[in-house]
Amino acid sequence: MRHDFNELRLDRVTRRFAGGGGRIFNALDELTLTIRRGEFIALLGPSGCGKSTALNCIAGLLPLSGGTIKLDDDRIDTLPPERRGFGMVFQNYALFPHMSVVKNIGFGLRMQGVPAAQIEPRVERAMRLVQLTGQEHKLPGQLSGGQQQRVAIARAIVIEPPLILMDEPLSNLDAKLRLETRSEIRRIHRELGRATIYVTHDQDEALSLADRIVVMKDGIVQQIASPAEVYGQPANLHVARFMGYRNVLHVDVTAEHGDRVTVEAPDIRLTGMRKLPLNGAHAAVAIRPEEMTIVKVPVAENVIAGRVDNVEYGGRDSLVDIVTRGGTRLHVRAPVDVAMGADVLVHVPADRVLVYPAEAQR
Amino acid sequence: MSAALAPRAPFDRALLLVAPATLFMLLLFIYPFIYGLLLSFEPAQGGALANYRKFFTTDNLWPTIGTTLKLALPATIVNVGIALPIAYRMRTKSRWQRFVTTLLVVPITLGTVLIAEGMLTYFGPKGWLAQFLQLTHLYDGAIRLTHNYWGVLISLIISGFPFAFLLILSYVTGIDPVLARAAATLGADAKAQFRHIYLPLLAPGLAMCFCLAFVQAFSVFPSAVLLGAPAGPTRVISIAAYEAAFEQYDYSMASAIAMIMGFVQLLIVAFVLSLRNWFYKGPVTGGKG
Repeated sequence: MRHDFNELRLDRVTRRFAGGGGRIFNALDELTLTIRRGEFIALLGPSGCGKSTALNCIAGLLPLSGGTIKLDDDRIDTLPPERRGFGMVFQNYALFPHMSVVKNIGFGLRMQGVPAAQIEPRVERAMRLVQLTGQEHKLPGQLSGGQQQRVAIARAIVIEPPLILMDEPLSNLDAKLRLETRSEIRRIHRELGRATIYVTHDQDEALSLADRIVVMKDGIVQQIASPAEVYGQPANLHVARFMGYRNVLHVDVTAEHGDRVTVEAPDIRLTGMRKLPLNGAHAAVAIRPEEMTIVKVPVAENVIAGRVDNVEYGGRDSLVDIVTRGGTRLHVRAPVDVAMGADVLVHVPADRVLVYPAEAQR
Repeated sequence: MSAALAPRAPFDRALLLVAPATLFMLLLFIYPFIYGLLLSFEPAQGGALANYRKFFTTDNLWPTIGTTLKLALPATIVNVGIALPIAYRMRTKSRWQRFVTTLLVVPITLGTVLIAEGMLTYFGPKGWLAQFLQLTHLYDGAIRLTHNYWGVLISLIISGFPFAFLLILSYVTGIDPVLARAAATLGADAKAQFRHIYLPLLAPGLAMCFCLAFVQAFSVFPSAVLLGAPAGPTRVISIAAYEAAFEQYDYSMASAIAMIMGFVQLLIVAFVLSLRNWFYKGPVTGGKG
């Protein structure tokens, strides 16, 4: 077992399951990914997209149906989990209910045969890192959810694993605690510098924590990119939808000048940026609600006229629905003084109108 | 604020549903128990403790405690000991799980008497087992597995095993398998997972299972008569009580023997359950959700 590595290479890692009626389906389809030392990777996608399957395959809790996993030059996908030595944080924490906090955290060290004299200081250091000092002899059942999560993290990092795996570690915490623990995880990662793979369905978590995000759907990787790129330049319509592009319009292509594409729908004429080669006259555009602005006077291009149909107050601004005369509904972030029933003009910059081939949407 | 000011909770009429069961317990368990207890202090002759004095001074009475323990304890230990590894293997859903579980549970549906009848022909001196062993010369000596200690012990194991197995299976499957997976990622191999995760979490359940299996085995009667040597090595305590009640018609003495029997069971059960305090007894899941 090792404590450091340069590269973890997943090569066409595949996992098949038998579905209902004897059908076989790919829960994870040829995931190829190289993780560098110290990198924070987020596997992001809706439930059932294969992200947890991927994590379990890396941990060794699920055998692969195909592909290989290599830690530098060593093939590890044939090793059982106890010989891989990766630290894992489970969604429901999986703390040993019959062991005190120190026993839980020291378990991995005891299993590795670390001398008792060394276990105590290492457990103590891990507890300081997750700020749990003072809870040493409580049982997990006596801790709050946030404290349990810290024990789970301490237990995974105390064995100094080359790689830390986290399976939706924040999903059982309330909103406030989730934000706090998120910063904790970020801080711990910065202090330890250990490569981390973090599974989540929450785009905010992925954006705020990761160096690189792997967006998945139906077991297939959709995009691997930096948070800024996944946020600003989604690779396809699915990623765009998942990353908060709530306005997806079906349009006809009227002109293409390089990457600049002009598209039309009833009452709407937009110029946008092509993300993928278009095929044919139909396309889909994706726009974020917060990138549309309500304007008082018409500007040169990309202005849509409509009537406010719904207002959701959000404190600093409102989320309003605007319906065009042709019946297209748009979600727009607008100032809080926008009233129901008002006629408004909405503008969106051309570089924030992303145009995708029409068949990418399903 | 004093408690007196707190509004009294209205009477929950659903509580009345407990009444039939309470009545049932009172009439069919508590009353006969107290009746028997009092009866045991009213011997045909002598003082209040004459029955108890007689039990502990008569040569064919007091040794029945040891005889019964010698049957019940090994049978219980064997049953719990065999049921644990099998139930542990059966903890994950597999093709075999249902088949094996069904197979192991079949003896429950057979009565003790049916098992005894079957064993008499199978394990008897001219039974299939003896014939097979002699035919293959695996064992050439005389085979005596009925009408002695071993016959009763085997019968207790056959009839007691399904209870122990089902009970332990339900304890084992109640333990969140993610705990073992967590242990695996921390470097615990299969053996260590069992020792450090499953066994400590199972311990209270095993103690409970041991008690139930023991009480059941301790009250052995039909197989001790049918398969054993009821006059000698398998003269268990229930036989002594039966003889007092239905051969000597001394219900007072029979009650005293039944009370002694209950007391011995209580001692063992209390001892085993007190061991439970050494172990963790809380919920066996790994956290929230």
